[in-house]
Amino acid sequence: MVTCINDALFPGTGASVVRLLRRLGVDAEFPEAQTCCGQPMVNTGYLDEAVPLVRNYVDAFETYDAVVTPSGSCAGSVRHQHGMVARRAGDPGLERAVTGTSARVHELSEFLVDVLGVTDVGAYFPHRVTYHPTCHSLRMLGVGDRPRQLLEAVRGLRLTELPNAEECCGFGGTFAVKNSDTSVAMGADKARHVRSTGAEVLVAGDSSCLMHIGGLLSRQRSGVRVMHLADVLAATEDAP
Amino acid sequence: MTGTFVGMPAFPAAARDALADTQLRHNLAHATATIRGKRAAVVGEVEHWEALRLAGAAVKERALHGLEDHLVRLEESLVARGAQVHWARDAAEANALVADVARRHGADEVVKVKSMATQEIGLNEALAAEGIAAWETDLAEMIVQLGDDLPSHILVPAIHRNRAEIREIFLRRMADVGRPAPADLTDEPAVLAAAAREHLREKFLRAKVGVSGANFAVADTGTLVVVESEGNGRMCLTLPEVLVTVVGIEKVVPTWAELDPLLRLLPRSSTGERMNPYTSTWTGVTPDDGPQEVHVVLLDNGRTRALADEVGRQALRCIRCSACLNVCPVYERVGGHAYGSVYPGPIGAILNPLLHGIGEGTGDPQSRSQVESLPYASSLCGACFEVCPVRIDIPEVLVHLRSKVVDAHRGDRVPKPEALAMRAAAHTLADAKRLGRAERLAGRVGRLVGRRGTTPRLPGPGAGWTDARDLPTPARESFRGWWRRTGGRLDGGENDG
Repeated sequence: MVTCINDALFPGTGASVVRLLRRLGVDAEFPEAQTCCGQPMVNTGYLDEAVPLVRNYVDAFETYDAVVTPSGSCAGSVRHQHGMVARRAGDPGLERAVTGTSARVHELSEFLVDVLGVTDVGAYFPHRVTYHPTCHSLRMLGVGDRPRQLLEAVRGLRLTELPNAEECCGFGGTFAVKNSDTSVAMGADKARHVRSTGAEVLVAGDSSCLMHIGGLLSRQRSGVRVMHLADVLAATEDAP
Repeated sequence: MTGTFVGMPAFPAAARDALADTQLRHNLAHATATIRGKRAAVVGEVEHWEALRLAGAAVKERALHGLEDHLVRLEESLVARGAQVHWARDAAEANALVADVARRHGADEVVKVKSMATQEIGLNEALAAEGIAAWETDLAEMIVQLGDDLPSHILVPAIHRNRAEIREIFLRRMADVGRPAPADLTDEPAVLAAAAREHLREKFLRAKVGVSGANFAVADTGTLVVVESEGNGRMCLTLPEVLVTVVGIEKVVPTWAELDPLLRLLPRSSTGERMNPYTSTWTGVTPDDGPQEVHVVLLDNGRTRALADEVGRQALRCIRCSACLNVCPVYERVGGHAYGSVYPGPIGAILNPLLHGIGEGTGDPQSRSQVESLPYASSLCGACFEVCPVRIDIPEVLVHLRSKVVDAHRGDRVPKPEALAMRAAAHTLADAKRLGRAERLAGRVGRLVGRRGTTPRLPGPGAGWTDARDLPTPARESFRGWWRRTGGRLDGGENDG
């Protein structure tokens, strides 16, 4: 599953996932019928509006062994919110289908470490990096230190500790617009902590959080780049 | 800030004002980080913390399940031990009951134990209207009261004040209401505490009537429990001749034994202490010992409404520890006043809408919009659920309440712009072909307007993003477009955004 934000704004991250998985011998496909998991609607309270998206999601991924997504947030939404949407729709068939897809969806680091059993994916990334564990990866999915294990195995990469790493960056979907002042205050503190590490690159497993923190770092002309974990793991000496 | 929450603006506006107060942000960041650290350390000492959380949640669930039976049992036990039990549907009824007791004893003042229930019903203001002064005796509550201020934290109501501000409040106001502060008062914590002790002792020894809340009420034995740190509560509970206790009906636990996990969870979660300093329990009237007339007011004030909400009712498990406030990044930045109620932070963001009801036509439009803004006062980061000692899934309840806000407006004659935008987005996103067309259009627009890969400042609600953050322009070619063109072949033609 390529998230809607990756699809429209960061297509390179989707390509990185494909490149990485194929390098590891996985037959990766992009079912073109997929669109969005529906989380933006669910988290803003528009549950009825999310029903067709959930239906479309289960239809698109019905026949696959595993669904891999470069987003803790979207994987979390599929696992923890699709059931709620299906129940509200009063559709037992959809509920059964949702249970099926929920069990097969994996956030990228979960898939690499738990399903493929690899931590060294053969990546090369000669930069100083700091890592932000996004809230939904951390708390909704419990990915733990899997992303760190993957980063620590990347050749050339120097990982520096991010102060207050587990604190939310303030994105929160429509929270970033509905409560933009608070969102920016939280993001500004996160950006300050990122800058204090002296890292060249901030890495995380969710493009939406990176878009928010990166938007602040860019406005501050900080010179710090943000990159998705998939982009770092896809980089090699041959294809940096 | 003046002493009432009535007429507060909706959360985003209140938050904007609070964010501009750099002293407030500094005080809060310092205080919450300190409490967070203490809590994490003492919770880490408990080997089976998760099992204890499950036990605490189970006790409160059992109490809420069959609440009516437990309350009837509580009333029987209390009456059998000589207490007088009153039932109050709302704030007005509860306040009238307390005022009536004070009046019958000719009291023009009462001493109070810190209590969220009496804050919630505005008891002090109601008693003042009857010519009865209600003195807060908890140190932080006293600071708030003397400063004609509002509490901003459940456990540390004056968390937004620093030592220098407290000294100034004592010097300025203590003399007006009793024993003045010493002229050589410094801002040393021990000196400030000593001044408060002298000021309060006079009130403890004089008052005929004490008023308290209760952290727990045991149905089987008719025992009320107050958990506090300073000892002021015990003074109020033992010295006056008459005691009135206002208890939310969700505070009942069926048996004495069930206090066990709750009394272990509460101090570690709230003050970061291993054991609570002052735990007072009293059961009706004990001849020649303590108050000889004991009244208990069982308060509903929206609790049965919250109980009727299948998802939201878990909020009634809350034991008011305030751990969720101390870890909440939103609370840490905006403080408690922005939530417009005595229950701030994540628990306030769900409890207030549950107690008041969403879309039930209660209250004026401003208070309705204030209540409806609260479920959105969170980034859904989940830190609150992680620390909650009784496992209230606050993010789940927030999303549920957001859906109630949306549903309450489905019949509006003029839909909100947000509703129109969400419906349009859902329509586009429900079908891959429609999404593909939208992405191609966005890519073309992006090429036209975007320089250096960022979108210029947006109008309308989009300004909420672009005023402070850069936004990437939509990719020239979406992932879907690239896949369709190349079939996902990575050799050449790769789209790097």
